[in-house]
Amino acid sequence: MAVKVRIPTPLRKLTKEKDVVELNGAADIGALIESLEKSYPGIKERLVDEKGEVRRFINVFINDEDIRFLENKQTSLKDGDEVSIVPAIAGG
Amino acid sequence: MDKKDRFFSGLVCRECGRKYPPAAIHVCEYDFGPLEVAYDYEKIAKAVSREKLAARPETMWRFRELLPVAGEPTVGAQVGYTPLVKCDRLARALGVKTLYVKNDTVNYPTLSFKDRVVSVALSRAREMGFHVVACASTGNLANSVAANAAAAGLKSYVLIPADLETGKVLGSLIFGTNVVAITGAYDQVNRLCSEIANKYGWGFVNVNLRPYYAEGSKSMGFEIVEQLGWDYPDNVVVPMASGSLLTKIHKSFNELVKVGLMKEPKSHTRIHGAQAGGCSPISTAFKEGKDFYKPVQHPKTIAKSLAIGTPADGYYAIQVVKQTGGACEDVSDEEIVEGIRLLASTEGIFAETAGGVTVACAKKLVETGKIGKHESVVLCITGHGLKTQEAVAGKCGEPRTISPKLSEFEQLYEEDFGKS
Repeated sequence: MAVKVRIPTPLRKLTKEKDVVELNGAADIGALIESLEKSYPGIKERLVDEKGEVRRFINVFINDEDIRFLENKQTSLKDGDEVSIVPAIAGG
Repeated sequence: MDKKDRFFSGLVCRECGRKYPPAAIHVCEYDFGPLEVAYDYEKIAKAVSREKLAARPETMWRFRELLPVAGEPTVGAQVGYTPLVKCDRLARALGVKTLYVKNDTVNYPTLSFKDRVVSVALSRAREMGFHVVACASTGNLANSVAANAAAAGLKSYVLIPADLETGKVLGSLIFGTNVVAITGAYDQVNRLCSEIANKYGWGFVNVNLRPYYAEGSKSMGFEIVEQLGWDYPDNVVVPMASGSLLTKIHKSFNELVKVGLMKEPKSHTRIHGAQAGGCSPISTAFKEGKDFYKPVQHPKTIAKSLAIGTPADGYYAIQVVKQTGGACEDVSDEEIVEGIRLLASTEGIFAETAGGVTVACAKKLVETGKIGKHESVVLCITGHGLKTQEAVAGKCGEPRTISPKLSEFEQLYEEDFGKS
């Protein structure tokens, strides 16, 4: 099961400047983060805090849906999903 | 620009304190926290005084040492210093002793407070060498970027939700900007902008230039204090979209003490936040005693300018309201329209929906005792009503139509005043 993950600029140093990475086998967001950590060590610490929750100023989207409106880290993934990691929304 | 002239040293993460150079970046690389401008307050204190400021032109740039532009502002030099209007009729209607409206409905050039933040952002963008500037907007920001970019000879792109009020869309198109309407809510527009901001080397005023942009809001607070004769009001009511303006008003009051323009102790002002019921993540969290808001997925309110379901400064806004002893309120669409009409009919000021939200929330705050009847209050009215006409169309009566005959007019007169 292949999932595409869009990496925001501040994290590209950890993914060798790749702005999109492909991962296999992650059943949900939590597992995806673990999988990212295996391929790109150090990335997990930037995404989740000491309690294991996604950091406050990061928004994670699956196919343009905010995971906070779904099941957060338990939101399941399927083949072909696109995950975006984006810094918090600003006003205008 | 000569570093010696600058009153700010760089950027700093609001969450973890990591320092960054004054570049076009807005998030901390470590924890994605927002970056803020770091000032040299001691240097500023030496450079400013009330007398020095009083001799400057009446614009927001009176306070230039506290704004993050290295040289003189090249965009929006005439912005700001809008009237602080003493509103005795509205004060009586709301049941408070003293009420002022900080009237940004007449801000120059695009009739909203956004000209303040854009003036800073585009002046800085020019300093940093950007040729194309852009923004994600619920309307007023797009108008302001379009106008100010045109005057500065900068190419611009403004991205807006496709269902914005006609006045706001036209109010951007007229300046020759590239208006891109996105079929989605504001939050989705903003997310798209986050993703393209760094891709093309454009200066997105509320994305990669956000730390500079946001500082412009402080000028509203500085002006309020100076216009009150260097005094703090007991209460300020501020509308909240992202929550940024409210936090910057608070910051502005504290900075005046830091640089010696106001004496210790700190400002005693209670800062209150106002939202629309159809999109009130910050107000709801505050009322529930929570520190973190729950995002609103589908905002539904006539106050489109405040329809941000995931307010980036929501957490900080809640802290400021708590710390200053203020409160938050939210109001229905009907109450918003009533608020617009009340302000217009008592004081002759025509505000957009965000202004209606502020007036209606102030009314509730007085009714619930959060604003004392013997206290002073300033309402931040942030945009002109001509931009959101749809909200009040059909709700403020109709003309009475007669033919050009004296007898018909006499009849009308009798209806209003009785037989003469």
